[in-house]
Amino acid sequence: MPQVKVISERCKGCGLCVLACPKNNLALGKDYNAQGYAYVTFNSDGKCTGCTFCAELCPDMALRVYKEEKA
Amino acid sequence: MARRVMIKGNEAIAMGAIEAGCRYYFGYPITPQTDIPEYLSAAMPKVGGVFLQAESEVAAINMLLGAAATGARAMTSSSSPGISLKQEGISYLAGSQIPGVIVNMSRSGPGLGGIHPSQGDYFQSTRGGGHGDYRTLVLAPSTAQENYDLTMLAFDLADKYRNPVMVLGDALIGQIKEPVELKSYRKKPKEKPWALTGAKGRHGHILKSLFLADGELTDHNWMLAKKYKSMEKEVRYETYRADDAELLLVAFGSVGRILRTSVDILRDKGKAVGLLRPITLFPFPNKAVRQAADKAKVLMVMEMSTGQMVEDVKLAAECACPVDFYGRPPGSIPTPDELAKEAMKIWRKRGLK
Amino acid sequence: MSAKAKMKQVFDRPKSLKDVPYHYCPGCHHGVIHRLVAEQIDAFGLQESTLAAASVGCSVLMYDYFDVDVVESPHGRAPAVATGLKRARPDSFVFTYQGDGDLAAIGTAEIVHAANRGENITVVFVNNAVFGMTGGQMAPTTLEGQVTTTSPYGRSAATDGMAIRVCEMLSTLEGTAYAARVSVDNIKNLKKAKAALKRAFTYQTKGWGFSFVEFLSSCPTNWKMSAEEANARVGKEMADYFPLGVYKDVRAN
Repeated sequence: MPQVKVISERCKGCGLCVLACPKNNLALGKDYNAQGYAYVTFNSDGKCTGCTFCAELCPDMALRVYKEEKA
Repeated sequence: MARRVMIKGNEAIAMGAIEAGCRYYFGYPITPQTDIPEYLSAAMPKVGGVFLQAESEVAAINMLLGAAATGARAMTSSSSPGISLKQEGISYLAGSQIPGVIVNMSRSGPGLGGIHPSQGDYFQSTRGGGHGDYRTLVLAPSTAQENYDLTMLAFDLADKYRNPVMVLGDALIGQIKEPVELKSYRKKPKEKPWALTGAKGRHGHILKSLFLADGELTDHNWMLAKKYKSMEKEVRYETYRADDAELLLVAFGSVGRILRTSVDILRDKGKAVGLLRPITLFPFPNKAVRQAADKAKVLMVMEMSTGQMVEDVKLAAECACPVDFYGRPPGSIPTPDELAKEAMKIWRKRGLK
Repeated sequence: MSAKAKMKQVFDRPKSLKDVPYHYCPGCHHGVIHRLVAEQIDAFGLQESTLAAASVGCSVLMYDYFDVDVVESPHGRAPAVATGLKRARPDSFVFTYQGDGDLAAIGTAEIVHAANRGENITVVFVNNAVFGMTGGQMAPTTLEGQVTTTSPYGRSAATDGMAIRVCEMLSTLEGTAYAARVSVDNIKNLKKAKAALKRAFTYQTKGWGFSFVEFLSSCPTNWKMSAEEANARVGKEMADYFPLGVYKDVRAN
């Protein structure tokens, strides 16, 4: 199923992706990166549709989105 | 075949620019240099160049910055208050090391002043007048022929040093009509690997003057200072009947021109008077002035201002001899007789025989 | 058959954006806008022919992010610099990237005249209603009542005038061929923003004249809001006064 990869070192914990996700798959985590930001984590429980809304609205290109290739 | 034409000083500048391969001119009307944009508005399209009358002198210097950033030879011209407006742009050209030619046909100031010829922009030209620790090469013509020749030289120096170059004339030198011998400019254009030409097969070039990293700007400024020091080899000046002069007059531009006749008047009276006329105001002919100060008994600086170049002459003379001064701020152009009389005052005051 | 499905990447950094972290504040829309511009540079194949005029503001360092030829411009002067770039290299793609202090305060004359001349360039205008880089002073696009460091009692219409609607103003000029105002506060608006940028790039690449895209943008730091609150302000308060839409599209059917 579709996946979102978080590049934790680029995340500034702004939370705009959390707002953007229609399935609530993203949340600000409890771990910090080297810049001191609590970066976002992805946990979809299979609900991710690969819509890329999160990555589109991320100001720091900290997200990458992957979908299954159709056979 | 050389051609001699009877043209205005301002036109000679415009023609020199085109002959040197300038194809981009951005300007604005202001007396006494409006002939330059008017001439180029007709001439540029004929050679496939661009003439653009900008909305202000500020816009014009920035258009020059853009065109020159692509490697093109670009020029702007104005007069004193308009040159004040261009100072920020000139500082940016210097800091980003983008070449460009800026022509100032000085008028009188401060403020709106008047349209008389004046030499009150010497400080502005050689001491900035924009912000930061930079220098502009300054060429000071005194005839229409020099307007033509020095404008061509200005483009060469600008490209050679990746620096703004100023051609500093005044209303007299701009408005005068006299014969000019036209020349053929045959030099090969200088390669500009730094220019913005589109990032084909390479990373993008960045032309900027902002350096924020620790120590970066320090290094940049030392590099620029070294560059300005290396400009000393570009010193140009002219002497007239100076070899045995006891009283050596020092003047640039139109005053330098008027004084040739004053020197002749005084020589006819048997007085050993000569003239040293700086042509580059930066780099200033320090060595020549120092040598002159060693030989002559008195140096006398004459300017159409309350005294600006006199400071550089005093510095260069290093107290080897007295440096006197006569200034005529703008409003009435001095005649050769009037200046000869002023020289005689100093001749007598200093007890010269 | 139990082979695992092959994964395809459906979102990545555009090629013309360098792979470096941004210095912009958390939640600042500059990051999104940079990416949208770079996506169009890639889509139109312009990386090798783009000449950009950077400006002075938070985005002064845009040359550290866009991998194209860039020249720094003095504050407000980017449209004049861009005019010089385009006149010297008419086959290049020339754009400016300016904030509201740069474009609507000190640079008012330059943007009006570049538009009026119909220069075949594209202007990307980022309007966050405040002077960002210098710490949040009042700008010509600051809204009435908005508190800034130089309007501590809130902008007063009586003494400071009302905010300037730049998109509308430029649309009145004959030379302006395309002018649109967009935002990136939600996906719907972001998609319209992409379309506007694509249209603006089309205008320049086809030689149709001056194109202008105004992005309403957030400034969480200087608005003293969280990224989410600032984002919401763009969509509501800002868009109320600065309506989104296409204001001029001379080649539209």
